[in-house]
Amino acid sequence: MEGFWAVFFPVLRVWFTCLVVLIMLPAMFGISLGITETYMKILLKTLEWATHRIQRASRAEEILKRSASNGLIQRNDSSLEQEIEELRRNRPKSAERGDFTLSDVLYFSTRGIESIVEDDVTQRFTSEELVSWNLLTRTNNNFQYISLRLTVLWGVGVVVRYCILLPLRVKGWLSELVHLMCYRICARGLSATIHYHNKQNRPKRGGICVANHTSPIDVVILANDGCYAMVGQVHGGLMGVLQRAMERSCPHIWFERAEMRDRHLVTQRLRDHVNNKTKLPILIFPEGTCINNTSVMMFKKGSFEIGGTIYPVAIKYDPQFGDAFWNSSKYSMVSYLLRMMTSWAIVCNVWYLPPMTQEEGEDAVQFANRVKSTIAQQGGLVDLAWDGGLKRAKVKESFKEQQQKKYSHMVVGDDSSD
Amino acid sequence: MGSRASSLLREEDIEEIKKETGFSHSQITRLYSRFHSLDKGENGALSREDFQRIPELAINPLGDRIINAFFPEGTNKKYTAREDQVNFRGFMRTLAHFRPVEDNEKNKDLTSGEPLNSRTNKLHFAFQLYDLDRDDKISRDELLQVLRMMVGVNISDEQLGSIADRTIQEADTNGDMCISFSEFTKVLEKVDVEQKMSIRFLH
Repeated sequence: MEGFWAVFFPVLRVWFTCLVVLIMLPAMFGISLGITETYMKILLKTLEWATHRIQRASRAEEILKRSASNGLIQRNDSSLEQEIEELRRNRPKSAERGDFTLSDVLYFSTRGIESIVEDDVTQRFTSEELVSWNLLTRTNNNFQYISLRLTVLWGVGVVVRYCILLPLRVKGWLSELVHLMCYRICARGLSATIHYHNKQNRPKRGGICVANHTSPIDVVILANDGCYAMVGQVHGGLMGVLQRAMERSCPHIWFERAEMRDRHLVTQRLRDHVNNKTKLPILIFPEGTCINNTSVMMFKKGSFEIGGTIYPVAIKYDPQFGDAFWNSSKYSMVSYLLRMMTSWAIVCNVWYLPPMTQEEGEDAVQFANRVKSTIAQQGGLVDLAWDGGLKRAKVKESFKEQQQKKYSHMVVGDDSSD
Repeated sequence: MGSRASSLLREEDIEEIKKETGFSHSQITRLYSRFHSLDKGENGALSREDFQRIPELAINPLGDRIINAFFPEGTNKKYTAREDQVNFRGFMRTLAHFRPVEDNEKNKDLTSGEPLNSRTNKLHFAFQLYDLDRDDKISRDELLQVLRMMVGVNISDEQLGSIADRTIQEADTNGDMCISFSEFTKVLEKVDVEQKMSIRFLH
């Protein structure tokens, strides 16, 4: 046994030195040796082959149907008024003392059941369901055992991911924490392949960069291609260590938790930063929380009240290589990072969109919605008006009151008493 | 997570649910994933709070009545372990009312002799949305309460009262100032209930 270890350690040492030379040094200087690219190509081929096997094994039509639309049911898009009109079609209209029929309830009940089966909001806070499997058990929702070869491939994949990729990434990640280049190492550490589009629109000093939020890695991805000033809460724990480390490379804006509640204070500090044209562009995620990268949710208007130029950025991860979404209610930061480091790779597209400013007669909310639609359109994401805060909080009563008001109009007609 | 959830549902259970509700195998597994994702407490059953966490349901004026339909009174051990919880069987049984009616629907061997998504059963679901105390009659009071839920504060009490009176007057045939299930069915006989109370599944 001892003989084994005596041989094992030198081998390990040689191996690690090799890896350091081949991966970390080039990364520090921003040079690529082409290893990552080859790795990605091999990965893609393997995943395509695996998908083929699955498609052949199970009935091909089922998979095709599923790929056409990942939804469970077909939602009815017609409005309240339309539906109730149809329900009442067969009754004579009596306009005298209000129009109500017992069948009106059918509309609400069907809509209610539809939302129980599938709703637009709660599905944004869990990981996206994939059409084809990417050989990671964690994304395996509906795929069963297909063939021995596939299982062997999956087994090899596990070995590769946990024994080769993980140690590499942990070592690379731990050793260089405090530098702008650290971002490059992180990106290499995660095998991040990032495609930047429209670099001419990159955020400039004195501006505000807004992007859709999927995970803490968004920061790494954006910082790889420019220096930003971060805004956020002072955290304890691992995040706190990272924050203090980042302080040393660029000046950031951190707030104490108590300060965050004072919106004016926050806005003032941000405004001061923006007005100083020598300061780095601020990076803000207006959704306020991580969404699963299939949609963009309501942008909080706070960032859009500061004034200054907004540089929208759309970030879209390719879910085939690894799910980047951080479900903070389910996974802690550490277990999330572990999952990231044992994924195949992080592949994403970053689009820099042309700068936008608030127009005349447009209030902050409308401006925020305009920016949100631009980002959603570019990234191919669903544009939702729902608040990302619904992840944890209850929906406001006022929305229910809106529905009630709409229905009342149908009952008493337009000459209602109030 | 996804794979763990589907492994908790055994094949025998799926077969039983298939027989009782008429859903297909893939529909049942996908609905089980949905059930599992709603079940934040991970105890295999949904409580009223779990339903209320769905924003679109929370803003539905009849949201509470719909949620109530999942929790039948009295504890039928097959569907609820406790009065305020519904398990997957019970969840599917209620959803089955909204399954579309196929033209060539063969009657499976069910104890009640009629599939859960028949016109009568759909109408019964709608009837129970009004019948708050489950006594098989819709009284004026109950109708008023449900109307109030639907219109909020936008209509005065008198106006609402007269709407309720008119509705009962038109529907009531036996003069007991309440709407029974058969009277309810008569009022809705021209409405295309099968189509309006159906959810179109994509697979």
